[in-house]
Amino acid sequence: MLAVDDLQTAYGPVVALDGVSFEVAPGSITAVLGANGAGKTSLLRTLSGVVRARAGRIRLDGRSIGHLPVERIVRLGIAHVPEGRGVIEELGVEDNLRLGGLWRGHGGREGLEGIYELFPRLRDRRAHAASTLSGGERQMLAIGRALMSRPRLLLLDEPSLGLAPIVAAQIMALLRDLRDRTELTVLLVEQNARAALSIADRGIVLSLGRVVADDDPSTLAADTALHHAYLGY
Amino acid sequence: MSRSLPRNAATAVAAGLALFVLTEQLSEYDNLQLATMAYYFVAVAGLTVLTGQNGQISLGHGALMGVGAYATVKIQEAVSWPLAVVLLGASLVAAIAGVLAGAAAARLRGPYLAGATLALAVGLPALATRFSGFLGGSNGLVVAPPVPPGWLGATFPLERWQAWIACLAALVVYVLLANLVRSGYGRAFRAVRDDEIAAQLSGYHVARTQVLAFVVSAACAGLAGGLLVVVTSLAAPGAFPLSLSVTLLTGVVLGGSGSLAGAAWGAAALVLVPTWADDASKALSLSSNVEANLALAIYGVVLIAVMLVAPGGIQAAVRRLVAFALRAAQPHARGPSSWAHQEEKPS
Amino acid sequence: MSRFLDLTLNGIANGAIYAAVALSLVLVWRATRILNFAQAGMLMLTTFIAWAVVDSGASYWIGFAVALASGLVLGALVERIVIRRVEGAPALNAVIVTIGLLVLLQALAGMIWGGNPRSFPPAFSIRGYEVGGRAVLFSPFDLFTVLVVAGLMLALTLLFARTSLGLRMRAAAFAPEVSRLLGVRVGDLYTVGWALGSVAASLAGVLVAPSVFVSPNAFDAVLVFGFTAAVIGGLESPLGALVGGLVLGLALSYVSGYGGAELVTLGALGILVAVLMIRPSGLFSRAQARRV
Repeated sequence: MLAVDDLQTAYGPVVALDGVSFEVAPGSITAVLGANGAGKTSLLRTLSGVVRARAGRIRLDGRSIGHLPVERIVRLGIAHVPEGRGVIEELGVEDNLRLGGLWRGHGGREGLEGIYELFPRLRDRRAHAASTLSGGERQMLAIGRALMSRPRLLLLDEPSLGLAPIVAAQIMALLRDLRDRTELTVLLVEQNARAALSIADRGIVLSLGRVVADDDPSTLAADTALHHAYLGY
Repeated sequence: MSRSLPRNAATAVAAGLALFVLTEQLSEYDNLQLATMAYYFVAVAGLTVLTGQNGQISLGHGALMGVGAYATVKIQEAVSWPLAVVLLGASLVAAIAGVLAGAAAARLRGPYLAGATLALAVGLPALATRFSGFLGGSNGLVVAPPVPPGWLGATFPLERWQAWIACLAALVVYVLLANLVRSGYGRAFRAVRDDEIAAQLSGYHVARTQVLAFVVSAACAGLAGGLLVVVTSLAAPGAFPLSLSVTLLTGVVLGGSGSLAGAAWGAAALVLVPTWADDASKALSLSSNVEANLALAIYGVVLIAVMLVAPGGIQAAVRRLVAFALRAAQPHARGPSSWAHQEEKPS
Repeated sequence: MSRFLDLTLNGIANGAIYAAVALSLVLVWRATRILNFAQAGMLMLTTFIAWAVVDSGASYWIGFAVALASGLVLGALVERIVIRRVEGAPALNAVIVTIGLLVLLQALAGMIWGGNPRSFPPAFSIRGYEVGGRAVLFSPFDLFTVLVVAGLMLALTLLFARTSLGLRMRAAAFAPEVSRLLGVRVGDLYTVGWALGSVAASLAGVLVAPSVFVSPNAFDAVLVFGFTAAVIGGLESPLGALVGGLVLGLALSYVSGYGGAELVTLGALGILVAVLMIRPSGLFSRAQARRV
């Protein structure tokens, strides 16, 4: 579904991606792992169009999207939940959710009920400002908001960051559930390699902007040298 | 641009000699133009220190010129001191106004400072009408022009004397500002301009630096206002509208917003552009409405265009062209970042 | 006592105009984090256009509508063509560009219409209402001014709170990068912000024109007042603009009445500096730093 070919991104003189290539199959969860500064966040930002690549190709279902503005890429079915979640604190919970679905029309209310069913906690707090939510609730809000646009590909940047392990596990279980039920494709950036690999169909390891491993999760999980070198455990 | 005191002084002396010769050749009218360029230089150079070196933007320096102008007239009405002392006094009065404004300015961020100085520019001229007894109302105050000293001869042209006074003042200001810019104070100005927090961490006193820059530029504006009185013999509110402040800013921007040499170019442009505009209007038989507004329209376009296309002014634009040409020869190298460098894609 | 009442009523009427200008600055600030110094020139231009329409024989209300419509178009055009290029740049660039635009617009107006002040008709009578056998300093036109500005405030508040467009605009103002990731066309919303701001300013222009007369520089002072009012209220909310406008209108009315009309602009400067020194983020702002 997604094919990335020799992607290069830089911020001024600092190179973030130095020739990244991989493919993502539809209806799968792909984990993107690596130490801090490996380029994981830059990868997602390049895919969603926030940052323009210096070189390389990004193809969604065979169609090149690397030159498109962010708003266009979103409408093609890619949703990006950024690092830190990007919950808009000044707006209410329901406003945040509606915002995700606005470009589809109907005032962004279509599909709202479905999200509330998925995340009952959000229904309870629908009229409150997003600033009153806990970390786990914000993650649910961010994911719910992304799902409001009915994406085919969901890009998630460190969803378990700052969350209690049990909450992180719930999020992971939710992602696996969505993949199973709705064939959602997920590209999951995670520092918590173990958690990510436990639900992933494929794992990619980045280091210094390059792909150093691209394999199925069990192989990666068993490769202790890899863990020491690139994943910090 | 690091130049030592002897070098600055030598440049000034050389320029002084060149100007001396020039004034002999020029007609009375052209000498007045030269004098005007000189006092514009004084104001624009001061503003360059404030804006280019220290990063603060002021729309009130036209009003500060007015302060200097009125101070010059009032001092001359009160006492008969030598002109140099009077001008120094006017400069001081404007500097005091600058301390007050600067203290407020140090607390204000860029656009807010612009707004506050805008209010100053719009509001200060009205004082002349409010206190018309003291300040002459909308007609302003008149003084006698400076008399050339007897030993120059009875037929020495007044306009040449006025040009000498203005040019001498401009040269003195140049030397003083050039040394200031290259001194520790100049480093402080630039450090605060580039990154206030880093400057503070490095031990610079940010507010004091900003006030100093404001005071210096205000003193220059005051002196320029005094020189304006020397040249035109009149201090009237109509001579110091908001558009004067914008004109000064245009001079700074044209000159590259940072160097004193640029300020000289800018000042020259501020005299030449209206002259050229008048000539063009007459040649093209444009209406008097167009003629009266053409120079200001050009300044407006310049301000917009330079900021959009070449934020570093003409000198920086030339530098960028050179850098671009060099970069084109090496496709993978990354060029120097400019003042207004954007990283993200625009929407 | 009756003088105080007169000054108070007069202050409210003026305050409504300052509030409208403040509102235009707030709308532009919320959208693009730029202080639009060119607003004085833009509203001057739309007022001139309205004047030309009325002067050619059309009814006042046609001129009124033309002013607002041309404001909408002008705001959108300025943002798209000029401002778009400095939106991500350092603040100093935008200040200089808007100043340049102000001066350019004033020069263009001078070229087209000359410098002579033109008289502009008020919508209603400017003779004060009769109260207790005496005419107070508050006329039907003043009442119209207050009502129309209040109506505009209400309309905008409803727009922001109740509509999808308002939701998008708020999101784009609080978090533009996240909003882009949600498919919000942030650039278009910047244009809308400028267009709406310009409408508010054009309204202020036709409301203040009868008293200042229409000429290229006649609206500089009202920009200073609008800016001061916006700062008092904090640049973040329309409500702040309204309150700021009223507070300033009253304060300046007293300055004018007890100190002299020429001191009004300097009075505004004094208030501006005082507010910026004491409470830089204004009375209403929650002092949020802009996030992405």
